[in-house]
Amino acid sequence: MNGTSALIILVAAIFTNNILLSNFLGMCSFLVCSRQVATALGLGAAVIFVMTCTTIINYAAYHWVLKPLGVHDHLYFIVFIAVIAAFVQFIEMFIERFSPSLYHALGIFLPLITVNCAILGAALFMIIRNCSFVQSAGYGFGAGVGWSLAILLMSGLRQKLGYSNVPKAFHGVAIIMIITGVMAAAFMGFAGMVSIQ
Amino acid sequence: MATDIAAVGGACGAGQCAGKCKKALKDGSWSDNPVCMQILGICSSLAVTNRLENALVMGGALIFTTTLSNLLISLLRNATPRRVRMIAEVAIIATFVIVFDQFLKAFSPQMSKQLGPYVGLIITNCILMGRAEAYALQNSPLPSIVDGAANGLGYAAVLAIIATIRELAGTGKLLGFVVLSSDVYTPNQAMVLAPGAFIILGCIIAAYTALKTKPKEKKA
Repeated sequence: MNGTSALIILVAAIFTNNILLSNFLGMCSFLVCSRQVATALGLGAAVIFVMTCTTIINYAAYHWVLKPLGVHDHLYFIVFIAVIAAFVQFIEMFIERFSPSLYHALGIFLPLITVNCAILGAALFMIIRNCSFVQSAGYGFGAGVGWSLAILLMSGLRQKLGYSNVPKAFHGVAIIMIITGVMAAAFMGFAGMVSIQ
Repeated sequence: MATDIAAVGGACGAGQCAGKCKKALKDGSWSDNPVCMQILGICSSLAVTNRLENALVMGGALIFTTTLSNLLISLLRNATPRRVRMIAEVAIIATFVIVFDQFLKAFSPQMSKQLGPYVGLIITNCILMGRAEAYALQNSPLPSIVDGAANGLGYAAVLAIIATIRELAGTGKLLGFVVLSSDVYTPNQAMVLAPGAFIILGCIIAAYTALKTKPKEKKA
């Protein structure tokens, strides 16, 4: 995707190509952590931050380290996941040292993020779509915002769901899935706006 | 005691071992199904089920990686220090995923392109990590293989069911062959797109819950 401006990619990643609602990534933490708005906000903020940074670092690792060495084709999976794990660990220590209040707000969510497939997915999409450096940064940030938007909307809906009478078999995850489906359908309304890929 | 014996020769008592394997098989594929019961591996089970062919390849990939990674993690379980076990597990899993990815690229580039990033995303598929943590770290290699294969199988089965419904309802075809011709049935595009995936998986989980709770209610 040459020439597409990073701003368009950012908007597309939030609305039309939402990483959760159209690429199905990051479902596990989406299902588990969407019970309360406050939790969803904290996790969302952590995901935006980690996703933007790791996408940029992974871009640098892939194009500036792995490619010159000629091992990018078979080693990038393991390098990407290692970068993400190391980055999260590092950030956790950093926040704990310099901002205890932020650590208490975000701290518990950070380890969860290592295994959030949306983070690795954003990096892999960036490679497949052949993004430039600025486009990757735009995509990483947009995908993070899109994911946070989805989990925030869901946590709001789930708090209301407590008052409704759901059929017995649909209790728990089943009804969440169906609500997510309706949300995905609503987000498809943005489809004509901008598009990437 | 059992772990000591297993650690020495990998040979647990034959009867006990067979029982363990049988239980692992039943738990993994039905009563503790990774997708419907443990709610693991949801991402890929939604993403690759727009066509049955993709779902079958993905199911195969998962059976392959869970079986082998469970085996290796179980073999190394006494040699791995607890503090670094997570990173060791991820490294082992990633290795097998790379093997599968290279294999797919070499023998079926078309399929590799269709699955896109979802082959690489097997690394963060929670089923692999979940089984490694919950089973392979505590059990001898043989039951671990069975557990891995059973969970892979349970996952593959759910994927195949979702994909069959989505491809049939969405395009009227199965594995690319026309089953419902366009004069009998008008394909419903929404099934192939994202909303259909969420809604069908929701219904399948609900059906599974209903089926599973039925016998209990009869007893009570």
